Amino acid sequence: MKAKHQRLTLIVIALVALVAAGLLAAWALRNQASYFYLPEQMRAAPPAVGQAVRLGGMVAPGSLKTMADGVTIAFTVTGKGDAAVPVRYSGIVPDLFKEGSGVVAEGSLQADGSFRADNLLAKHDENYVPRELEGMTQAQAAEVAEKTTVGLR
Amino acid sequence: MHGFANPTRFLTLARWLTPLCFGLGLLLVAGALASGLFVVSPDQLMGETVRILFLHVPFAWLGMGGWSALAVSSLAFLVWRHPLAALAARGIAVPGAVFTALSLITGSIWGRPTWGTWWVWDGRLTSMLVLFFLYCAYIALAQAAAREGVSARIPAIFGLLGAINIPIINRSVVWWNSLHQPPSITMGQSAIAAEFLVPLFVSTAGFSLLFGGIVLARMRALIAETQAEARLRRKAQDFDTEPETA
Repeated sequence: MKAKHQRLTLIVIALVALVAAGLLAAWALRNQASYFYLPEQMRAAPPAVGQAVRLGGMVAPGSLKTMADGVTIAFTVTGKGDAAVPVRYSGIVPDLFKEGSGVVAEGSLQADGSFRADNLLAKHDENYVPRELEGMTQAQAAEVAEKTTVGLR
Repeated sequence: MHGFANPTRFLTLARWLTPLCFGLGLLLVAGALASGLFVVSPDQLMGETVRILFLHVPFAWLGMGGWSALAVSSLAFLVWRHPLAALAARGIAVPGAVFTALSLITGSIWGRPTWGTWWVWDGRLTSMLVLFFLYCAYIALAQAAAREGVSARIPAIFGLLGAINIPIINRSVVWWNSLHQPPSITMGQSAIAAEFLVPLFVSTAGFSLLFGGIVLARMRALIAETQAEARLRRKAQDFDTEPETA
């Protein structure tokens, strides 16, 4: 075996071991490194009441209400299945915050199972659609959207 | 393969390839940005802020692509001992760090109006920041090795080790819940409308050529530096020996 073949074999073995170690470490971090709880995760393994956590999911269509004081809003965050967490928030919402789109709420779980948010972040999905599509007929827009939309995981 | 390892042949090739990369790259970037900034219609949700896509995404891709190329060069240096491969890795490191920093900066500017925050510590943003720090560490290590005159083996090993971060960046939005959205472009599928996709790809091609041009220019500078140093050393030796021979 030539010296350079020996070096190549050695490096390839070292690389395979390194990649395996890295992937195992990342896999172990799977739940710890998540940026937020999904509603179903919050239901299955709720964090302590009052602990600062984040909740992420979709703002359920039709659930957004403004309270009598005019600055507090209430809405439901849904995930996969029927898991849903009611959220309350007082303050300014980001531009992209609306019903049917993604949201990450920073705050804490309350004793009654609702979520008190101190801050809202809007989550953008992976779809980029020009505004022109809005002027299209439903069928045209659906066709374009179908061509450009990946399946939701 | 060995043909390109010859510095003389590399220099003749690089001499006309460098301006070609810069010229063509500038042309493509100018075209893509003109179309991306002024022609394409705004996004239905994000509005005008979508235009930063044509900078942010090429910067991020090239930041990651840069380290991949650096790792391949490091591998080539470790296995085949090509001195040019070590120079290529050193040449890639600085533009790689700059493009990574630019992707972090443009991403931050984009995040404020879209998400409502400049920065969050989610998987994607954090792993990208780690990539920037890896570049900084590599630059320091490679320069120290060059200055001390020791082999470039240690920076090369570091370049290979750091490559583990690349698949982590790529998968960070799939493995972990993150504020950054999942990939828009996956195997043969795109969630980006064609109107945005064309300037995005042209812009990426243009910035890639600029990146390549910077790498070639830096490699030529590094070779020139080595040659100048060698010449100085020879002169100093001649000077030392002259009184004895005379």
